[in-house]
This record gives sequence, structure tokens and C-alpha cells, in this order.
Amino acid sequence: MSALLSVDQLQSGYEGVAILNGIDLHVDRGETVAVVGANGAGKTTLIRTLGGLLKPRAGSILFDAKEMAGSASDRVCEAGLAHVPEGRQLFATLSVEDNLRLGGHLNRSRARMVRNLTRVYDIFPRLGERRRQQAGSLSGGEQQMVAIGRALMAEPILMMLDEPSLGLSPIMVATLFDVIGQLNRDGISILLVEQNVAESLAVAARGYVLENGEVVLAGTSAALLGDDRVRRAYLGL
Amino acid sequence: MNELYVGALINGLLIGAVYALIATGLNLIFGVMRVVNFAHGEMVVIGMYMGYGLWRLTGWPPIATIPFALIGLFAMGYGFQRWIGNAFVARPQHVQFVLYIGLALVITGVHAVIFGPDPMGIQSAASFDVYRVAGLRIDATRLHAALAACVLIALLWAWLRFSLTGKALHAAADNLLGARAIGIRTNHIFALAMGMGAACAGAAGALLAPLYDTQPYLASEFTLLAFIIVIVGGLASLPGALLGGVLVGVAEAFAAVVIEPSAKSLFSYGLLIIVLVLMPQGLLGGRQGAGR
Repeated sequence: MSALLSVDQLQSGYEGVAILNGIDLHVDRGETVAVVGANGAGKTTLIRTLGGLLKPRAGSILFDAKEMAGSASDRVCEAGLAHVPEGRQLFATLSVEDNLRLGGHLNRSRARMVRNLTRVYDIFPRLGERRRQQAGSLSGGEQQMVAIGRALMAEPILMMLDEPSLGLSPIMVATLFDVIGQLNRDGISILLVEQNVAESLAVAARGYVLENGEVVLAGTSAALLGDDRVRRAYLGL
Repeated sequence: MNELYVGALINGLLIGAVYALIATGLNLIFGVMRVVNFAHGEMVVIGMYMGYGLWRLTGWPPIATIPFALIGLFAMGYGFQRWIGNAFVARPQHVQFVLYIGLALVITGVHAVIFGPDPMGIQSAASFDVYRVAGLRIDATRLHAALAACVLIALLWAWLRFSLTGKALHAAADNLLGARAIGIRTNHIFALAMGMGAACAGAAGALLAPLYDTQPYLASEFTLLAFIIVIVGGLASLPGALLGGVLVGVAEAFAAVVIEPSAKSLFSYGLLIIVLVLMPQGLLGGRQGAGR
């Protein structure tokens, strides 16, 4: 078991509704892995359960050799598993810089707050220009940068991104996937959840296809992109 | 005659600052959790009994009770929210109402059992101290209480605005899902908000102890008063709590001069109705979240 994140028979859902029916997946250290699937396949439920926002009903989440199933989000984040939530979920009335600082509040990263802020502004110069502006006043693309920057402030080992391309212009989407590739080259493992199948499999080494709360297909990105079912269902080919 | 009105204005401003401290606590709790603390007036009365008790035991002025009231009420508010209240935050509002009204009844009951129903007043020579400024007589006890209240409000504002934990309170009020996603311990943050809010109420109670005779059933009056201030100033607006507190304090003081002291509720409710008709959001309301 050398995987950084190893999910075994994970079941989860909301009150009275089962969404995930036994998910198995893993992310190795340094890898970028995509989880693709249609709306309602259970992608966000998966990320929220891994992030400690939802309690799993059964199964195990082994992260960095520690069992995380049932842990609250603060323990998950402290372990180095960062969560960029769907819809960004910024603190709209706080400044860009306050959003970032709050991302760095964890014990694991707090001491290097200033250095990490500089690093985020290096990656996203736009945010440096707008550091005093209210986060809610930014464009969708800039807000996604804040959401990623906020997660970076926690010095994550693995970053989970939930539909980061949602609602962005094509140019912004391209920039975003460039940034994700760059973060991965900087040593951060990535778990990317996307409806945007072509783009996310292009940036990821491997992928899983989620349907009705189950992994129906797994493999290298090249294999998935060549699979007839994926081509028909998700790429419209 | 003119002096009478100026005196009323000053008295109203001074007591209004203490009212503002009470309302600031209520607003902080509401701003962060969207929970209405129906036990707020009861927490004020706890502070009053602490002020009275310390005076009886040591002869110290009630203003010296502030550290005890802050620590005691913070601990109580934090503990209650952390281990009982948090389970109700996501529940429907009427369920929350029952919880906090229940807490209010328990506190009043405990007060009645320990202290009895009779009013307890602080009789000390210091309550006759006055400052003379430009021919006006300013009641020293009130002035000290107002200054202490302003200092506490300023400290709370600064903490909310500049500390990272204060910003985490904003963050939880602003986007709870986002706060949890980045590992902010929202259970702790909610408990902090309740603890801070309760500490405001308790400290205000300690300041009011020499001005009002303390008795258990005063509590609901303070709860209502805090509601009026918060609605006048604007829900969840901290500057609104300050403005509302001062306005209600002045309105009550003028009621006492123009009609008679017992008419003060008439004026504060009158103010409430006028504001509700003209500016239903409150004077400084309309914005979401704590501290803005």
C-alpha cells in the first residue's frame, strides 16, 4: 500500500439517500488523477466525503497512511488533504487576502503565512493586484484562482478540485488546467473531479468514470480517451 | 429647563452605550450563527448578580466585576453552545427558539432559587458621585459604565476585524460550506461567537448593577430591549448595534423628562415602529454577516 490516497469500498450519501455505493480508487504520490462523470453521478458527494464534510456510511479512506473515514474536515485539512469546493465557496465579503490567510490558518502552515502568500501571488499575479478587493467582486476566473490559492495556503500534499472549470470561459479553462499541471509539477498530487472530460483527462495521468455512485471504468487517460463508451457518452464522438 | 434636556441627552447617551454592548452581543451571535439568543437578557442579569455579589462580599465597585463577568459568561456561553446549542444550529428556527427560551427559563429559575424574587440594590456613597462639566452634573457611575462599555465594544470590533480568529467568524457567517472545506472548526467558531456574545451581556450586566435594582424577572425586559436595538440599528450590523443602543438610550431618557420614567418603553417602541415603517432593514442594516 504505497498509494498516497487509498479509498476502499466507500459508501456515502445524505440523510436517507445513498449516493456512493462502494467506491474504490487510489492516488499515488505526485500523480494527477481525474474522476469524470455526468451530473448526479456522485462526484461532489465523493469529494465532500473525502474532505470530511460528509460522514461515510462504510468503507475506508487511507490518506498518507492515516485513516480519515469519519474525521471532521479540520483533521483532514491538517493532514494535508486540501479541498477546493464546487462553486468556489469563497468568503465573498472578505478581501482576497483575508480569504487566502484563512486558508493558511491550519497548524501545518500557519508559521509560513507570509511566505505562502508570496507564493500564491507569484502563481496568480492578478490576485496580488486585487488583494484588498472583496472576493465576491471578482470575475469567475479570478474567484477560482482565490479558491485554489486558499487551498494552497495550507501547503497541501494532495489537492482535490471539484468542478473547477464550471462557468468559466474557454480561455479561462485553458489557463486553469495549465495551473493545475504546474501545481502537479511543483509536487502536489491532484484529484480532479470534472464534467469536462476531454480537458481533465488531458491533464491527468489516470482517470475513473463514475456513474450512479459506482466506478464503471478506470484506466490511464489514453485508454479512457480511446474507450468507445467514454467517447460516445462524454465526448460526443 | 434647557439644562434638563441636555442632562437627559447625556444620561441617554451614557446608558445607551451600555445598551449597545448588550445589543452587540446579541448581534454577534445572530450574525455568525443566524440564531436568536432568547436568553440574552438572562445573561445580563447573571452579570448584574455578579456585580451585586462582588459588591456585597468586597465592597468593590461593580466595574471591578467586569473581568469575572467576561470570563464567567464566556465560559458559560461557549460551553452551552459547544455541547448543546451546536446540535440545533442546522435545525428549523422554531426548534432553536424552544432551546434558547428553555435556557432563559432555567437561568431565571436558578436566579429565583438562589437570590429570591426581591430586588437587590447596591447602596454606596459612590453612587452619588458626580462630575461637573460646564455647569452640568454628570453621574459618575453612569459615565464609568459608558466608558467601560465603549472600550469593550472597541476591543471586540478590533478583534473581529484584525485577528485571524475574528476573520474566521466572518468566514463562517459568510460561507459555512467554504469555511468547513478549508478546515475551519465551525463548532469552535460558533461556540466562540456565543461565548463572546454572552460575555458582552454579562459585562453590561455588571455595569448596570449599580443603576438598577437586580431581580430575576428583569431579564425579559433586557432581551426585548436588545431586540429593539438590533432591529432599529439593523440585524447583524455591529455599528447598527451601537447606533441603535444610543438612540434607544436617548429616547428613554427623554421619555423620562417629557412624560415620566415609566413611559420609557413607550418611546423605545415608538422608535421601533417608526424605523420599521420607514427603514424595515434597520438604520444600518441590509448587509449580511457579522461586523459589517
